[in-house]
Amino acid sequence: MLETIEGLIGVPAPLLFGQLLLGLINGAFYAMLSLGLAVIFGLLNIINFTHGAQFMMGAFVAWMLLAWAGLGYWWAMLLSPLIVGFSGIILEKVFISRLYKLDHLYGLLLTLGLGLIIEGVFRNEFGSSGLPYRIPAELSGAWDLGFMFMPIYRGWVVVAALFFCIATWLIIEKTRLGAYLRAATERAELVQAFGINVPRMITLTYGAGVALAAVAGVLAAPIYSVNPQMGSNLIIVVFAVVVIGGMGSILGSIVTGFGLGIVEGLTKVFWPEASATVIFVIMAIVLLARPAGLFGKA
Amino acid sequence: MSSETTITAIPTGVVGKQSPGIWGFNGSQLIALVLMLVALGVAPFLLYPVFVMKLLCFALFACAFNLLIGYVGLMSFGHAAFFGMGGYVAGHAAKVWGLTPELSIIAGGLVGAGMGVAFGWLAIRRQGIYFAMITMALAQMVYFFCVQAPFTGGEDGIQAIPRGKLFGFISMDSDMAMYWLVAVVFVIGFVGVHRVIHSPFGQVMKAIRENEPRTTSLGYRTDDYKLVAFILSCGLAGVAGAVKTLVFGIATLTDVHFSMSGEVVLMTLVGGLGTIFGPLIGAGVVVGMQNYLAELGAWVTVIQGGIFVACVLAFRRGIVGEIGNLFKVKL
Amino acid sequence: MSFTRRSVLATGAALGVAPLSRARAQANTIKIGVLNDMSGPYRDISGPYGVACTKQAVAEFGMQGFNVEVINADHQNKPDVGAGLARQWYDQGVDLILDVPTSSVGLAVSQVAKEKNKAYINTGSATSDLTGSACQATTVHWMYDTYMLAKSTGSAMVRAGGDSWFFLTADYAFGHALERDTAAFVRAAGGEVKGQVRYPFPSTTDFSSFLVQAQASRAKVIGMANAGADTINTIKQAAEFGITRRGTKLAALLMFLADVHALGLQTAQGLVLTESFYWDLNERTRAVTRRLLPHLNGAYPNMASIANYSATLHFLKAVKAMGVAAAKASGTELVNRMKAMPTDDDAFGAGSIRVDGRKLCPSYLFEVKSPAESKGPYDYYKLLGTTPAGEAFRPLNEGNCSLVRS
Repeated sequence: MLETIEGLIGVPAPLLFGQLLLGLINGAFYAMLSLGLAVIFGLLNIINFTHGAQFMMGAFVAWMLLAWAGLGYWWAMLLSPLIVGFSGIILEKVFISRLYKLDHLYGLLLTLGLGLIIEGVFRNEFGSSGLPYRIPAELSGAWDLGFMFMPIYRGWVVVAALFFCIATWLIIEKTRLGAYLRAATERAELVQAFGINVPRMITLTYGAGVALAAVAGVLAAPIYSVNPQMGSNLIIVVFAVVVIGGMGSILGSIVTGFGLGIVEGLTKVFWPEASATVIFVIMAIVLLARPAGLFGKA
Repeated sequence: MSSETTITAIPTGVVGKQSPGIWGFNGSQLIALVLMLVALGVAPFLLYPVFVMKLLCFALFACAFNLLIGYVGLMSFGHAAFFGMGGYVAGHAAKVWGLTPELSIIAGGLVGAGMGVAFGWLAIRRQGIYFAMITMALAQMVYFFCVQAPFTGGEDGIQAIPRGKLFGFISMDSDMAMYWLVAVVFVIGFVGVHRVIHSPFGQVMKAIRENEPRTTSLGYRTDDYKLVAFILSCGLAGVAGAVKTLVFGIATLTDVHFSMSGEVVLMTLVGGLGTIFGPLIGAGVVVGMQNYLAELGAWVTVIQGGIFVACVLAFRRGIVGEIGNLFKVKL
Repeated sequence: MSFTRRSVLATGAALGVAPLSRARAQANTIKIGVLNDMSGPYRDISGPYGVACTKQAVAEFGMQGFNVEVINADHQNKPDVGAGLARQWYDQGVDLILDVPTSSVGLAVSQVAKEKNKAYINTGSATSDLTGSACQATTVHWMYDTYMLAKSTGSAMVRAGGDSWFFLTADYAFGHALERDTAAFVRAAGGEVKGQVRYPFPSTTDFSSFLVQAQASRAKVIGMANAGADTINTIKQAAEFGITRRGTKLAALLMFLADVHALGLQTAQGLVLTESFYWDLNERTRAVTRRLLPHLNGAYPNMASIANYSATLHFLKAVKAMGVAAAKASGTELVNRMKAMPTDDDAFGAGSIRVDGRKLCPSYLFEVKSPAESKGPYDYYKLLGTTPAGEAFRPLNEGNCSLVRS
């Protein structure tokens, strides 16, 4: 069977499976970040340009907890999203909440500015070459899958990302709170009239979206370089993912995120030079065929 | 939850009477225009000519951007692609093909406009935030292309580009000669943008900005208008990039990078979206800041971010818009 | 409106963009401008540390009949900002511009220096064009370039037993140059190149796919033809995939002590890299490091930051030798004098500057220690091999430099 595949496509099968799996891991980050963007956009109608910086903060807070308070990876997994999410709540209260009556683009500009400030402050404080963060002992090591050597931590990333994605989806689609959220997305005034505190819900939603970015940051800290610009490099790709998926559906952003990760992984085998642009090319094709995005409402 | 306010926050109440004036400039704008021309005349003797030239290049770039955001309501987050590519092409034309400066600049503008055709065709399918994200993603592709393409010189850029001889016989090597060329290009671009805005075409553009469905119902094919505006803006951005390349003799990745797209947004926002003189003032502030802060050290990005935040929260009209509001004139 | 225009002009003047009157610097003061990256990705390599090293050199040189003033600015990795500042500085009486990382800015400033006939010492760019096709009589390239990195890592590594290579290359000119040069030296030394993969720059953060491909080639050495965050990500992920644990060596083609510090020894151990300076190399390097440490805010010097120290000392010696007035008069003459004098300082020992502007010094191949081997702060490297100064750089006649008469 493996030989057949190899004969068909001219690439060793183990390599192919390996890349599929690695693509899935990359997709996990795309999915978590675009999910956070979609959650925020759904209720606030703002594209959160600060998302990359908040992803970076997630990783940095994990480092700070370890370096300054001696708290390890699992504490970081719990505390970092809370801390970063709380900082997001403050940002929303102080800055973003002033813009809801204006054009969406002002939200974009404001969050872009906030992102620049955060990135600049971190660079001044921590330099640019990055900080060390190690894989927790429980997750280090690797499994031999036969066709490839699979670090346990990578498996954990996929599992954790799937967990958070599905949990978010369940909360929004299946719980009462989620029902309020969806209702407020459609008709905020009406929901308010039913006695639900919509502004507070908006604030908490922003905090939750930011916390998702921070979770992704903590997941990334042991395997990617923890430096102030780590988020800004990723965020433009994530925006393309969001355009492809269309921001209409939560499930859509999850599926698109994982799917594009796999596509990118495969490109790395067949045509590595194009792996950076493949997502943008897909974006152009989707725009031509389905301007609202794969899962978007027209 | 959706909001209907358009991106230009200038209340139309302060606009005063629309006297036709010359080329669509009203009285106060004419005064400002004359002051601007005088300032252009004396600036190189008071200030550093290269600094003023750089400022003018960015001002022209910001004018091009303002044409889109201020008058059509389209926010492009990928304008660096046209600016930078215009610069690369002009640099290549001047250095490798040995074209004269005016031809190099035209080449830069044509490439910008040509890219505008392709990008615009894709991007105008979506509006608002999507438009911004799509232009940004496409510009990112251009950036990747420029990193790898052999003719751009990758990280080194195209260096030591000769300024050449204007029309084949006027040497541009001295800064003053170059300055007058830049000033003339700037004034042509500046007045040209204004002329477009006050043409019947420009009126339709503004109608699209205010209410697109209604414009469509009046029988205008709004997508065509938006595309033409986009192409014009990209072409002008290409010209600005080309001129900048000739001034400095270099074309590098900085000008196609995403942060350049952000900077032109900042310039226009600081100066005042949808104001005529805003882009010039905004460019002055941002370029001046980069020069000045360079000696302060590490806080450039932080302060730029701070200005973004301050403008969005407190000065949505920008400097020129606020002044115009103060004196009840439209500038 | 008129108000704004005037205020902009006034601000412009206040910002010091064109103070013609100020252009006349004091006749007996030598001004050194350190132009580098204070806020971007290269900050930790030199940035504030490069400035501190320059000031230390000035302090050690002392008062020898003229004053020395050091100013610095952030070029933000923008060539137009860098070239603009350089022009302004030279016009305002700056006698030497120093550092200038990022090849595009480094080359742009070189043009300005030539135009203004002022001295320029680059210690931060990697492009070998500075002493090749783009060489200028006013430019000295003090530190590493792609050729030297490739040669040291490529040949010395093969000599140390790493004779089969796989390259992980950033897909742009810098990466290509490193890969091409290193591969040539590997083959010349009797090694074999088993393959390479070119990944998109600068958008790649996940290198695991490429590492898996590299491993499948069964090469003994994975050469990383990249820099900065890319290198760090590659090393992190190679450690995660257990690649180094199973005997494959990672060779970083451009990496600094600060990067090793950022990774931590646990992750970086076994890594092979080239630098021209290591603080614990000999008695003199330890001495100069001891003197510098109080000014470096906890960090240790690397070859890029301390090159500013070495270059400043040599520059000041040349100024003293020819007199302040003559030094200010012509950058070309000043650089010619620097080329005529042998260099000697605690950081790089004895050396010289070639006619094409290339400063010569030995390059060293280091291996990063394991956490158990490391005994103190920044005790990170052990020496694997040395390439003597005469062989470390591209031969004079191969660079296409117009200053070299063939």
